[in-house]
Amino acid sequence: MASNTHSTEAAHGGAEAAGMPQLDFSTFGNQIFWLVVTLVVIYFVLTKIALPRIEAVLSERQGTITNDLAAAEELKQKAVEAEEAYNKALADARVEANKIVAEARADIQADLDAAAAKADAEIAAKAAESEAAISEIRAGAVDSVKAVSKDVAKEILGSMGYKADAKSVTAAVTSRMKG
Amino acid sequence: MAEQNAKQGAGPIIKIAFFAVLALVLLSGVLFAPAHPGLAIHPMDQFEIKPLFGADHLGTFTPTNQTLWMVLAIVGIVLMLVVGSRGRAIVPTRGQSVAEMAYGFVYKMVEDVAGKDAVKYFPGIMTLFMFILFANFLGLIPTSFTATSHIAVTAVLAMIVFVFVTVLGFVKNGVGFLGLFWVSSAPLALRPILAVIELISYFVRPVSHSIRLAGNVMAGHAVIKVFAGFAAALGVFSFLPILAISAVYALEVLVAFIQAYVFTILTCVYLKDALHPSH
Repeated sequence: MASNTHSTEAAHGGAEAAGMPQLDFSTFGNQIFWLVVTLVVIYFVLTKIALPRIEAVLSERQGTITNDLAAAEELKQKAVEAEEAYNKALADARVEANKIVAEARADIQADLDAAAAKADAEIAAKAAESEAAISEIRAGAVDSVKAVSKDVAKEILGSMGYKADAKSVTAAVTSRMKG
Repeated sequence: MAEQNAKQGAGPIIKIAFFAVLALVLLSGVLFAPAHPGLAIHPMDQFEIKPLFGADHLGTFTPTNQTLWMVLAIVGIVLMLVVGSRGRAIVPTRGQSVAEMAYGFVYKMVEDVAGKDAVKYFPGIMTLFMFILFANFLGLIPTSFTATSHIAVTAVLAMIVFVFVTVLGFVKNGVGFLGLFWVSSAPLALRPILAVIELISYFVRPVSHSIRLAGNVMAGHAVIKVFAGFAAALGVFSFLPILAISAVYALEVLVAFIQAYVFTILTCVYLKDALHPSH
């Protein structure tokens, strides 16, 4: 069946009686020659043009990416620095504000203390003055009571018919008032 | 809202398209059925090497259909890697992304598997990978020719790797390269036996390396052709083998990439052995 369908090929492919063109050794020289030519051409196309070009593109891209990453890293560093500066300024301002507050508080406290001391002193002076006035009044009152008591005692004694002895009356009144 | 409508609309359209294709297939099965249906399966015809330009004798330098598809592989590689990357943009275009992805894929493979000092052999490995990848994928175009389905091609690829790696091993490590066969972690009595096994497995490497690639590619293409032969013979029921062909084709797309990947990663493994032969 095979022989009559391709009898034309059989003219130059005599060894393929078994039907395996792969084992037709008469074609091997031809195949190997053209294969080697093909491989050499591909090798030169790849090593001279294709591979260096692709490699250059890839390394250029890698370089671009690396540069971009470095720039990004630098910018990030700058941002961190800026944030640090901002935080430091904020902390400084806070310390400053606290200081001012403390100073103001101390001033106010000092003023307050001075005013309080002055008021205390005034109050003390007023109190002493009042004290003196009160004791003066009290002394006056006691004297008046003594005199009135002596007089009343003399009068009572006189009306009862006794001769009042001024000296003893005085002594009695004084002792009574003490008790 | 519009998306939802489109989604709802897509279902019936796909269904209609599916039945339309099925009807077309059935109709063509009826109309173009051979007058004398019979099995005429020639799964190996597709691998035949024919001279181009009407030459009747196949000499060593005669351009063949295989030559044509290898040249087309070169064109594909140039389009993908050279034309694709011509913009040299920092932000890549779609084509440039593909070129860079292919570069990064193989470069990372070499670096990860064979080590940092193997990176200087990256262009050679890239050549192998791109050639196998394009030969495999171009071979999936109907009526095309698959260069990597030929054992002569894959054997040469494997031998290039084998000879290069062996010479490199001796150049880099001198006699120390033989340490690759002397398993120093095994008990001393076992080492000579292991050395023989290691030596045999070392020389089997290019054989398995080449036959794995050619065998996988050839088998898939032959299976598709066998199903195609059934399709021609079954008349109305030809849609069954056609569905099977679609499934096998999907698998072949996967195999086309995976075999290129496997060939390349094994090359990296062998390269690693040559650079660091110690077990």
